[in-house]
Amino acid sequence: MESVFHHVTPHIGFIYPNESELPWTQLIVIYPYITGLVAGAFVVSSLHHVFNIKSFAPVSRFALLTALCFMIFAPSPLLFHLGQPTRAFNAVITPHWTSAMAAFGYVAGFYLCLLILETWFAFREDIVALSKARTGLLGKVYGWLTLGSDDVSPRALAIDHKIARILSMIGIPAACGLHGYVGFVFGSLKTREWWSSDLMPVIFLLSAVGSGVGLLIVLYVIASKFRKTPIVDETMRGLLYVLFTAITVVMVIEGLELLEIFYKAREGVETVRALIMGPIWAGMSIQWGMSLFVLAVTSGLLLYNVHGERLVKWLFAAGLAMMIGVLAMRWNVVIGGQELSKTMKGLLTYYPEIFGRESLSVVALISFMPYFTLWLATKFLPPWGEKIEPERKVFDTPKLA
Amino acid sequence: MTTQDKAIKSQKVPMSRRGFLGLLGKGAACTGALTCTGAAIGSALANEPKRGFQQNDKQLAESINNPPDIPEYNWNDHQWAIGVDTERCIGCLRCMEACKMENSVQMDAFHHRTWVERYTYLEGSNTAIVDSQADPKNVENAGSETTFRFDNRYKDVKVDKSFFVPKLCNQCEHPSCVQVCPTGATFKAKDGPVLIDTTYCIGCQYCVQACPYGARSFNEVRGVAEKCNWCYHRITKGLNPACVEVCPTGTRIFGDRNDPESPVSLFIKNNHVQVLKPEMGNSPNVFYKGTDKEVV
Repeated sequence: MESVFHHVTPHIGFIYPNESELPWTQLIVIYPYITGLVAGAFVVSSLHHVFNIKSFAPVSRFALLTALCFMIFAPSPLLFHLGQPTRAFNAVITPHWTSAMAAFGYVAGFYLCLLILETWFAFREDIVALSKARTGLLGKVYGWLTLGSDDVSPRALAIDHKIARILSMIGIPAACGLHGYVGFVFGSLKTREWWSSDLMPVIFLLSAVGSGVGLLIVLYVIASKFRKTPIVDETMRGLLYVLFTAITVVMVIEGLELLEIFYKAREGVETVRALIMGPIWAGMSIQWGMSLFVLAVTSGLLLYNVHGERLVKWLFAAGLAMMIGVLAMRWNVVIGGQELSKTMKGLLTYYPEIFGRESLSVVALISFMPYFTLWLATKFLPPWGEKIEPERKVFDTPKLA
Repeated sequence: MTTQDKAIKSQKVPMSRRGFLGLLGKGAACTGALTCTGAAIGSALANEPKRGFQQNDKQLAESINNPPDIPEYNWNDHQWAIGVDTERCIGCLRCMEACKMENSVQMDAFHHRTWVERYTYLEGSNTAIVDSQADPKNVENAGSETTFRFDNRYKDVKVDKSFFVPKLCNQCEHPSCVQVCPTGATFKAKDGPVLIDTTYCIGCQYCVQACPYGARSFNEVRGVAEKCNWCYHRITKGLNPACVEVCPTGTRIFGDRNDPESPVSLFIKNNHVQVLKPEMGNSPNVFYKGTDKEVV
């Protein structure tokens, strides 16, 4: 009989017959993960652009590029997931406004445009300089990107900064809106006990900020090591403050969420307990283990006023742990919610596929692409504020031309 | 071993008892009826992979492009509803079979537009053990996913009570699936049923998530959602839905609520009926008689 059930998720108890195949799989796990990283990275970039916190200046443009590169790939898991991806724009052309999903195209599109605009204003001075410093094809591309405006007088630059700041200010509610919205899609589904919570958008948003900060810490340290540049202590301390705040609030809210489920103890609460002890046990252990690790490390770093190389090492570990913890949290929410049957009398155990359209290999590819794109983007628009020298030959332009 | 299996095992007694004999008799009665049709489906599927369709893609395209003209039907004149008298259901599953054949539903145990659940209270137990035809043990016992039959797993235990609950789409007044559809591909018809425009569905499965009753499924081959539509192609021509038509015991009652003398209007009027999961706020249009606290 094994062959008959090869396509079916094993289950215990009673589930509705149509529930055997999970509607949303690992692609929908990384979708909120990626948008979360975008939101978090953007918030960090705004700390400098909007609130003018100087310690974030070294990473603020890099954070902006990070947000942009991840945002470009945010919709791709959804496209891979759709049964009819060629019809994806039906939701944009004829949105059905009662659907929490209908506005996604608009929200994501708006946010992507905003990121592109802000990036342009933040990098315009460099683009103009690069268009003059580079020759051949690359020089032409930079020339086009200036959009004919090569005015880099102090007055023009002041206007640039002002516009970038305004865009960044719009961007904060937009980033929070985009991610809170993702949380709403889950939290508003009354059919799933594990999702149906008013705290869901808040949890999504706060963990997003945490994971984004974690990502920036990791990328900043790696990039600095590769570029053999010193890691600014003040920046690391700044990122430490944000990470500590994020993990504290996230853990409290997530704890409250669990407490509410068990304190309310509505019908089927034993099944929720069985879900945590069963199918998502590993995921929950990773999520809470990593969270505790991040909390302990960041608290220790603050308490002992750590600076220098030790700060870099420990904060790097904490940042990485935060990213892993939030990824586990996304899995626990998205997959866990569906492993708990709508009957509240049964549990499924989901095993992801390795190959295929909705598989781990596709997830790995989609997860890798933003990093690769970011690497290209930092080559194209150096975000670290170095002096632009003519013909540094990032790409071998004469050959290309 | 599942929790339910453990519950059964702990209840094992050497001989079957009277509470169960009735069930066994009913099971035996419908087995005969099932053998013929089950075999028919089985042979039709012999050359097919796991997911077969009675209606091929060409026929589907034809039915979409040239829908039959029904001039005398006005959907403003009707308000369809279904009544389910669970006390009559014998669990023969001919409704499932008829539905699969009528609507070209995928021929495996995990895509259904209608199904039947079996609720069993073992002696002294306060909670029911539930299974449906899709339960692996039932499929194993029947020998294939398209032989619709419940197994005889309770023959050696004492049973306090047992009953069947047929399920199908509730065609809710406030359907969650319609609410969440991002494109409007699924919509509520004026006469009640919730329909899907499969040429417009993007296959996001949000509706599958949102249905509190698990009535929707996803057709991986066609990349779109599927659901029971109370055989809309039949009811608009004055026929009964296939599951109602084949039910040998009159468990399923179909009719027009606008007509006070229709079978379903009389059923609702003359019985204490209830709906499933009323707390969801969906206002279902399938009315159950004789369900139990354990029914989900």
